[in-house]
Order: sequence, then C-alpha cells, then structure tokens
Amino acid sequence: MTTSTSSAASSSTASRWERFRDSYLLYSFLRDPIAQVSLAVFILMVACAVLAPWLAPMNPYDLAQIDILASELPPFWVDGSDPAYLMGTDAQGRDLLSTILYGLRVSLIIGFGAVALQATLGVCFGLLAGYLGGRVDAFLMRMADIQLSFSTLMVAIVVGALFKAIFGGATFSTYAVPLLVLIIGLAEWPQYARTVRASVLAEKSKEYVDAARVMGLPSRRIMFRHILPNTLSPIFVISTVQVANAIISEAALSFLGLGMPETQPSLGSLIKSGFDYIQSGSWWITLIPGLVLVVLVLVINLLGDWLRDVLNPRLYKG
Amino acid sequence: MIAFLIKRLFHALLVMFVISVIAFAIQDNLGDPIQQMVGQSVPESERAALREELGLNDPFAVQYLRFAANAVQFDFGYSYVFNEPTTDVILRHLPATLELVAASTFLIIALSIPIGVYSAIRPRAWLSRFFMGVSIIGISIPVFLTAIVLIQLFAIGVSWSPFPADTGWGAWLNDLISTDGGMPAYGRGDPVPVFGTWETNFASLEGLTYLVLPAISLASIMLPLFIRLIRAEMLEVMQSEYVKFARAKGISLRRIYFLHALKNTMLPVITVGGVQIGTLVAYTILTETVFQWPGMGLMFLDAIERSDIPLIVTYLMIVGLIFVITNTLVDLIYGLVNPTVKLTGKPA
Amino acid sequence: MSLLEVNHLDVRFALRRGDVQALRDVCFSLDRGERLGIVGESGAGKSVAAFSLLNLIAKPGYIAGGSITFDGQELIGLSDRALRRIRGHRISMIFQDPMMTLNPVLTIGEQMIECLKAHRRISTKDARAISLRKLEQVQIPSPEARLDQYPHELSGGMRQRVIIAIALLLDPDIIIADEPTTALDVTIQAEIMALLLELCEEHNVGLVLITHDLGVVSQVTQRMLVMYAGRVIEQGPTREIINDPQHPYTQGLLNALPQMATPGERLNQIPGSMPSLSHLPSGCAFHPRCGFVTRPDGSRRQACVDEVPAFVASGNCQAACHMVAEMIERERIPAEEQDS
Repeated sequence: MTTSTSSAASSSTASRWERFRDSYLLYSFLRDPIAQVSLAVFILMVACAVLAPWLAPMNPYDLAQIDILASELPPFWVDGSDPAYLMGTDAQGRDLLSTILYGLRVSLIIGFGAVALQATLGVCFGLLAGYLGGRVDAFLMRMADIQLSFSTLMVAIVVGALFKAIFGGATFSTYAVPLLVLIIGLAEWPQYARTVRASVLAEKSKEYVDAARVMGLPSRRIMFRHILPNTLSPIFVISTVQVANAIISEAALSFLGLGMPETQPSLGSLIKSGFDYIQSGSWWITLIPGLVLVVLVLVINLLGDWLRDVLNPRLYKG
Repeated sequence: MIAFLIKRLFHALLVMFVISVIAFAIQDNLGDPIQQMVGQSVPESERAALREELGLNDPFAVQYLRFAANAVQFDFGYSYVFNEPTTDVILRHLPATLELVAASTFLIIALSIPIGVYSAIRPRAWLSRFFMGVSIIGISIPVFLTAIVLIQLFAIGVSWSPFPADTGWGAWLNDLISTDGGMPAYGRGDPVPVFGTWETNFASLEGLTYLVLPAISLASIMLPLFIRLIRAEMLEVMQSEYVKFARAKGISLRRIYFLHALKNTMLPVITVGGVQIGTLVAYTILTETVFQWPGMGLMFLDAIERSDIPLIVTYLMIVGLIFVITNTLVDLIYGLVNPTVKLTGKPA
Repeated sequence: MSLLEVNHLDVRFALRRGDVQALRDVCFSLDRGERLGIVGESGAGKSVAAFSLLNLIAKPGYIAGGSITFDGQELIGLSDRALRRIRGHRISMIFQDPMMTLNPVLTIGEQMIECLKAHRRISTKDARAISLRKLEQVQIPSPEARLDQYPHELSGGMRQRVIIAIALLLDPDIIIADEPTTALDVTIQAEIMALLLELCEEHNVGLVLITHDLGVVSQVTQRMLVMYAGRVIEQGPTREIINDPQHPYTQGLLNALPQMATPGERLNQIPGSMPSLSHLPSGCAFHPRCGFVTRPDGSRRQACVDEVPAFVASGNCQAACHMVAEMIERERIPAEEQDS
C-alpha cells in the first residue's frame, strides 16, 4: 500500500513539469494579457521589496541620514523638487522612494505572514468541522459565523486595540510586525474554515473517502492524504484574495494608529502620516504610497480573479 | 413563524452572550475603576477596602452576572473621559453614524442592482466590462484612501494643466480634468435637531452636502462587492432550467430578467448583502476618522487612544447589538421573500 | 408537406479551442398529430436537437446551417420576437427534471397565467380559469389549491403534471418532450407517460419524444430516429425498427435491453463508449465499436473507416451503414441475375 503510493508519487513528480506545460493553467495564462501583466507587476514589486536595502537611495530607519531641512519636497515632476529625492520627501525629511520600498516590504511580510497563519488555523478548523461534523462542527461554525458577522475589520481593530492596551504603546511598536500577523490571522481564519469545510463536505460524500474508511485508514490520514488535496484549489484561490485583504487590513490598522509605527512605516502608516499634510498641499506624501498600495492590491486581486476563473470551470461564463 | 422567530431570537441571545463575556473580560482585565475613582494618592489599604466593597474580589461569574444585569438595562457605568454614563455618550454619537450608514446603504442599493443586472444581461457589452473593471479597482482601494482622494479632488481641488492653456481647446481640456474643490469634508456642519440627541443631516441641503463625500467613501467599499455578487448570482440564475423553461414558454425577455431571474438573484444577495450592510458600521471607524465625522467610530478610536475602557466596552456591546439586529432582520426578510423557507415551522 | 420539417440541421458549439459539431446533417419531419421518438445514448445530440428547434440552445451553441420549417414558415433566422410567438404557443416543451423546471419563487398559478398572458389578450380571471381546467386535465388532486402553491410544495410527479399542463395551456400543435420521465420514480414514470400519450391523442397534438428508453418509444411513438454522435443513423416506423433493426448500433441498443438477456447471464452491452464530439472517429463514427467492420469471411470493410455512410432504404426504414448497403446490394444482384 505505502510503496505503491510513494512510487506513484515519484512518477508524478518526474512528469510534473510536463504536466504543468500541458496544463490548462498555463494555457489560459498565455492567453490572458491581464494575468500576465499582473504577474509581472507583482513579481517586480516583490523583487523591489526584497531588494529594498540595496535599491533604496537611503535607509529611512537610520536617523543619521535624515535631513530635516529637506522635508516636504515634491516629486521630480513638480516645481521645487530636488533631484536627490526622486519621489520627494515626507514631513520628517525622509526620502519618499526609500520609505515606500521599505514600506512595501513591511506590508508584504505582514500580508503573507497573516495569510499563512489564517490558512493554517482555517484549514485545520475547517477540516475538523467538515470531517467530524456534529458538535465540533456546530461549535466551530457558530464561532466563525459570529466573527464574520462582526466583520473581520472590526475584529482586527478590537484585537489590535486590546493588544495595544495590554502590551503598551512602546512594546506594541517594537513587536508590531508579529503582532499584526497575529491580529490579522486571528481575524480572518473563518474565511478559510468555511471554504475548506464546504469542500470537505462535498468530498466526504464521494466514494473514495468511503473506500478509504472501509480500508481502515485512520481519520487523520484520510483527512490530510485524501481530502485535503482535493480542497486545494479553492484554498489556492481564496489565498490570493486573502493576501490582498490582509495587506488592506494592515494598512487600515496602521492608518488608525493601531499598526506599524511611523519610525518603521508600512504603506498604511505612510498614508496616515501624509494625510496630515494633504490640506497644506503636500499631496504626494500620502497619495504616492497610496497609489503603490492600490497597484499592489489590484494586481493580486486580478491574479485571484484569473485563478478563480481557471480553477473553477463551473464559474466560467462564456 | 413563531417557531422561526423563537429560534432566531435564541441565536441572537447566544451571540449577545458571547459578546458580553468578551466585553466583560476586557473590562475585568484592563479597567481599574478604583484608580479612576480615587486617583493615585489614596493608600493601598483604603483601595483594598473599596475593592471589597465594590465586589471586585468576587468570582468572575458573580461579577459577570452583575455586569450582565446592568447591561440588560443599558447601564455600562461611567465614561472615564466624559464623566457621564457611557450610554449617553454613545447615544449622542449614534445618529451621526446611523445617518452615514443609511446614506451609504441608499447609494449601494440604488447603484448596485441596475449595474449588476445590466452586466449580467449583457456580459460582453463594453459598458459591462467597464463596470467590472472599475469594480475590481474599487475593491483594491482601501476605504480611507478613497476618502483621501475624494478630499483631494472635491474638497481641496486639483488644477492640472497638461494641455497648452493659451489655446481655447487646451484651456477647455484643462478645465475638464481639473476640479474646483470646496465640498465640505470636515465634520457634520450644522445638523438640524429632531428630538433628544438626534440631529439630522437629511433635513437641509447644506446638511446633505456634508454627507456627500463621507457617504460616497463608505459606499465605495461595498459597492463593487455588491455589483460583482449580483452579477455572479444573476449569471448563474440565467443558466438555470427554469429560466430556459420560461423562454420556452414564450415569455418576454424583460419579464424573464426582472421577475424570474431577479427574484431568484436577490435571495442570496439578501443574505450576503444584509450582513455586509451591518459590517458597514465597522468601516465607519475609518471613514469617520478621515472626515472627522462626529460619530461612534471616531468616538471609539478616541476612547482607545485615552484607554476609556467603559466606553470601549459599551461601544462593543452596542455595535454587537446592531450586528445581531441586522442579521436577525435579514434572516426574517429572507424567510418572507423565499417561499421555500418554512416560516411556519411545521413539516412540509 | 409536413407540419414540421427539419433539413440538414447543423449545430455547433463555439468553444475556446474551436468549434465542435453537436449535430450534423439531421433531417426529419413530423405530421400533424404524429408522434416521433428520438433515441440515443446521452451525448448523442438528442437534447440539442430538441432545443435547437425553437432556437433555445444555450451559448456557446449556435445553429450553423440547415432549415427548420414549421407550418410553412422558416424558423431559422427568425427574430426572437417572432420565435417567442411560437414558443409555448404553437410548439411547447416539457423538460427533463421537474424539480428544476419550475421557478421556485413563483406560484404555480403565476407561472401558468403569465404563459397565457404572453400569447393572448386575456384577463387574469379567465387565465386562471383556463389554468384550472388544464390542471384538471392532467389529473392533479385539488387543482384549485395548487394554483396558489409554490413548486417546492409539490412532489416530482405532481410537478411534471403541472409542466404538462403548462405545455398544453395554449393548445399547441407540437409538444417537444425532452426525457420527460427520466428524473421521476419508476412507479410514476409509466403514469406520466400514459397521461402524456392520452392527452396528445385526445387533442391531436404532435409529439417529439426524446428518450433513451426504447420501451417507452415502442409504446408511444409511431416513428423513430436513432442518433449517434450527432447524426441520425437510422429512422423509420417504430414497430419495424424495433422488430428488425438494420444498423448495428440499433441492434446493439435493443440487445442491451434486460429482457433480451438470457436469465443468469450477463447483460449484452455494446463494447466501448460514445466518442467525444470533439474527437470523432473517421468514416462511420460507430466503427471503433462495431462488430461488422470485419466481414464474415474475415476481410475488412475499409469504407467504414474512410467514408461517412449515406442512408440506404431497407423496407420503410433507412439506415446509414456500409454493411447494410452491402447486404442490400448483394440481395439485389442475385435477384436480378435470376430475373435475366
């Protein structure tokens, strides 16, 4: 039994590249310019974020490099700009391009981290609820319902406020990244749990699961080896959307002052710190990071849309 | 009907119970009423006596029951900052938030149904594609950024001159893409009092102008979701056998779209959408912050800033109550609209 | 001239990887009051044929060629408005699954009355009276109460009766019934079929019955078509085809009936399965599954692989098969030789 599955698995890895090359996924990707552009932009942004320490003209975390006299300089295409600061500077005299690159990095780390956490929580709870049914199912889904009816943003704000109250502002700022991952992860797991549960219920009624049970496989093995692989495509599809949501949630929390501190800015806290200067005409401090945030979220959403169309043929509408 | 109502009511009570336990746990662990009452200078022995007297050393369950008994009468204690009952503070801020939500809801319903239905009926028309494109961009813009952009465009104003301003057409095009600004984007203006603490922005034209930008911002978060939801549901319904059968009966397309299809489309939209309207209350926190709209959201953020624990707890309970009420109402409406839901409670 | 004539009907599905032909060169006719059966496995194109008659095939399907004349009028190319006057009025349809066919949020009465109102200037009161009479005709218990009920309050058999009543509402010339009993319980199937037959005879309504059930076809219809992979492969009077099928596929279908099997032995089945429409075999689409490609003397009939067979007449029936053509040819030549 075990040997036959492992040999089947190795033969499938050998042809994995071929299968991918012939797959519908690649076929439709090559035919969809929007998906191609989105992926290119997304990869470019991730690359910029990863390489931020090398790409950025200056280090916004390094107070020594900041020139307070050069504050609120406009970007290069506006009169009164300084060629040293391509995108202008913020109110503290930090180079905006550098803070955006570093901010992008923070936003992406939190986005992916939070999704990893919610996916782990959600998949486990969803599998448990769907497979065991009964009281476990009722309890977990009621929890998910309550949390969802409260809206994930509300939960994130409340949890964020609590953490800030418990740990105090200074500690919160120091550990802002892991805390935000935790907050957003806790707030959004129900999305996964519901999706996974729904597909588990659909899979569970199929014959192969009965067969596996009749053969006497333990339920943990049935869940992870037999049911989980069949729920992967919905998980994959919502993951893209959830990354976008997590990035927006982080930005919202930071905008409310419950997220990244200004000394270690994410895109959201950049927008927040620039908002105070919009009335005085320094629109770029808030709108340029805003534009970067929108483009990032938009390309992820477009990729998610494309994936949903491809992986869920039932939804395909001529 | 009665059985359905009782079941819904029981569910609502359960949710309120969970929320109240969480709220009480927050109050119990984070709030220190003694410090608020007597300040730092009072010696420890006196504090302990006060603590005993107020029942703060009682077991968690006993204290919770006391909290719950007060909560049922809408008594959540005094706000640290305002020094008055928290319910009074909330009640003062509630109308502003509710009016904002109402205006946004109106915008969402008035726009999403025609746009969603149109783009489902004509999925290939350029206008449908335009709507779908705008809606995915809309989903990708956080609500506070929409608000900021609206402020820049319509409150501050933008003057662009990419075209030569000395020619007639250039000046005209420059004018076209520039905006004047001047829309109010700060606070509520002078709302008209109705009764009690309720002042309304709906009663005067000037009041309405204050509502425009905040309401559009708040609506912008849900509008694309609603359009996409209505479109997707409608497309699905249009594929159904009963729509095909209606066509085979020779019914006019208009009747098929707006009676057969739309009525079935609205069923899932009511369940999903109704709940989403409830969550708009959460998004008011962001909108109210940007526009300094004096509602509950702004008040809540302020309460967090100043660690006004009783006010935070009251806000959570009230918002929880609003969510529970909207969810129950949505379920009721769904039951009334959908004939297959057995409101009677007797087996079919 | 027949009431309904279908000639060389071609229906295609525009898929992303190119067109797929769902119907090729389909021809048949139906006289007033006649009952025609269309038989075949699922995927043979029976339902596509039924739906294309009123141009109700769902996108990406479209009619690529041929003609459909009804009562002297060409239906292909007719505007949707003009077709709508025929749909439900002169030609009505009965769908496969009664659980899905009625709109769940409208009452039975609403769904009947709207159909009458779409075709006649009539008051709601009169429309209700007609609906009631039709419900009585389909033998629904307490028809008055049914009018105000929703579909979910009725059983599947009851719903199919309602759908038959809707189909009869405007006294149509033809009813197209697409597998009208497949989704029902076996015990109810016979009842519904008998009711449909009775009503068609009583009102002199033509019936196009799409089904895979040869038993039903032999009981209800006068003529039948057998379809395979989008083509008609045999047609003629029902009795003759059932008693003496020519085409090997029809023979296989009849042999597969449980009553043809010897007790205690396996059911006879046609080896293989219906090819996908996008990958049709060359020549006769049935040849990979056909036991007659090789002649009794062991030689191979190459035409089966190379050429699409044309119809040959055998008695009152026509079959599209090279083997049948060869046998007729062989019978004809000795007969001529004897004559000379």
